[in-house]
Amino acid sequence: MYGRALKPLALATAAGAALAFGLIFFYAPLDADQGFIQKIFYLHVPMAIVALLGFLAGGVMAAMHLRTRRRIWDMRSYVAIHLSIILAVGVLVTGSIWAKASWGHWWVWDEPMLVSFLIVFLLYAVYQPLRFSIDDPERQARYASVFAISGAAFTVLNFVAVRMAATYTHPRVFSQTGGNMPAEMFLTFLVSLAAMALIFTTLWTLELGSKNASERLRRARRRLQREADGGALGLDGEGGRARPAGGAPAPAPASVSAASVPAPR
Amino acid sequence: MPAELERTARPGPAVIRAAVAILRKDLRVELRAREAVPAMALFAVTAFVLFHFAFDRDALDGDVAAGTLWVTLLLTTVLGVNRLFVAEREQGGLEAMLLAPIDRTAIFLAKAAALFLYLVAVEVVALPAFAVLLLGPDLFGSLPALCALLLLADLGLAAVGALVGALAAETRAREVIGPLLLLPLVVPLAIAGAQATEPLFTGSGAPEDLGRWLGLMGLYATIFVLLSVALFDFLLED
Repeated sequence: MYGRALKPLALATAAGAALAFGLIFFYAPLDADQGFIQKIFYLHVPMAIVALLGFLAGGVMAAMHLRTRRRIWDMRSYVAIHLSIILAVGVLVTGSIWAKASWGHWWVWDEPMLVSFLIVFLLYAVYQPLRFSIDDPERQARYASVFAISGAAFTVLNFVAVRMAATYTHPRVFSQTGGNMPAEMFLTFLVSLAAMALIFTTLWTLELGSKNASERLRRARRRLQREADGGALGLDGEGGRARPAGGAPAPAPASVSAASVPAPR
Repeated sequence: MPAELERTARPGPAVIRAAVAILRKDLRVELRAREAVPAMALFAVTAFVLFHFAFDRDALDGDVAAGTLWVTLLLTTVLGVNRLFVAEREQGGLEAMLLAPIDRTAIFLAKAAALFLYLVAVEVVALPAFAVLLLGPDLFGSLPALCALLLLADLGLAAVGALVGALAAETRAREVIGPLLLLPLVVPLAIAGAQATEPLFTGSGAPEDLGRWLGLMGLYATIFVLLSVALFDFLLED
């Protein structure tokens, strides 16, 4: 089921990314103050928004996992969070470059978005170590879900706290995103945001599909191994029986035949 | 066990009664073995000595004093959180509690209450030590506001600490995972605590923004208490 959605998604992503690039470099006007470097805004801010939404979506999916007890929701939550962590690294790097170019420092503490992002990133950087230092897969999924839900709630709370601290020590209005942007810039920004969201969705679908396929392959291989060990008859008869028993759609037979290569040993 | 429960039974819902029973057990263990609180207090005082040499200053005031106090207290919490569930896991106490016909929320409430009491006990030692060793301005004028801040922060720390302690206790590298999880999570408390304490330690008098930082701490505590009550069951399922 993942394979079918992937092709249109990938095409839409390619088109969206191409359109966004075109608009960024040939349509959006140069910023009067910052010049060319301002164009990093079309990469930095969409990445930040998508990463944040990814963390929040990971929390919602984790809640679905705890509620329905279906492993697939944990996988979805895991993939969303781990893609968001990668995007968050991108956000910090591009934010740093932008800060250096327009303020002269690699890091500025009075930019609440960037600072909040660093804290959220530091928290989510522990997600994978936590997850993979629990051996039992069922407990691993449960604990990771509890982390994901707490993390999503914390992300919101943390933004409030950091913004409060920033407005307290630097009382000024932050309106560098949105607000008084020319229409051309805003349109380019929206297209870039949509392209980034599409990239995220495509990668998410791709990774889920690959995880799903390798999980199925492992299960099919295990079943084949069991049958090869248990049955005294030849492999053909056993393999033939395994196929309908799996009851799986299209990918399953392919993975069974792929798995049957090492099985006789 | 039923006889013990009956003896300690008091009015109130079953969750509270069970939580009180577990809390009493935890406090009795702590009073006899003294594993957490003395270590935390010692850690805090040693950290003040380190800060003295690190800053090379005899007396601190203003934002540096506030930051030193809050960072020390937050790091001290890490020590308490690490101890919170380890003994239960190692000696099978948790299995016994899970076998008992009580709501799992009671275990969370008891652990959070124990951590809260540990933190208050540590602060009773650490705050005078801080005033004597490092703090420049007089502590007494700012004591009421500071106590309110500390108590509210302890509430949030107790909730988040019990949750993180339970999360980390099951992992292979729990001594590492626990602190790494806890430190980013307490950043809002560090922000609120340090910002609210800074005017108290400059000697200029009462801060006008105390209310909003108390509000932030209250919000933090509320969110993490609700989260922990909702999620704790899933951590203790087996």
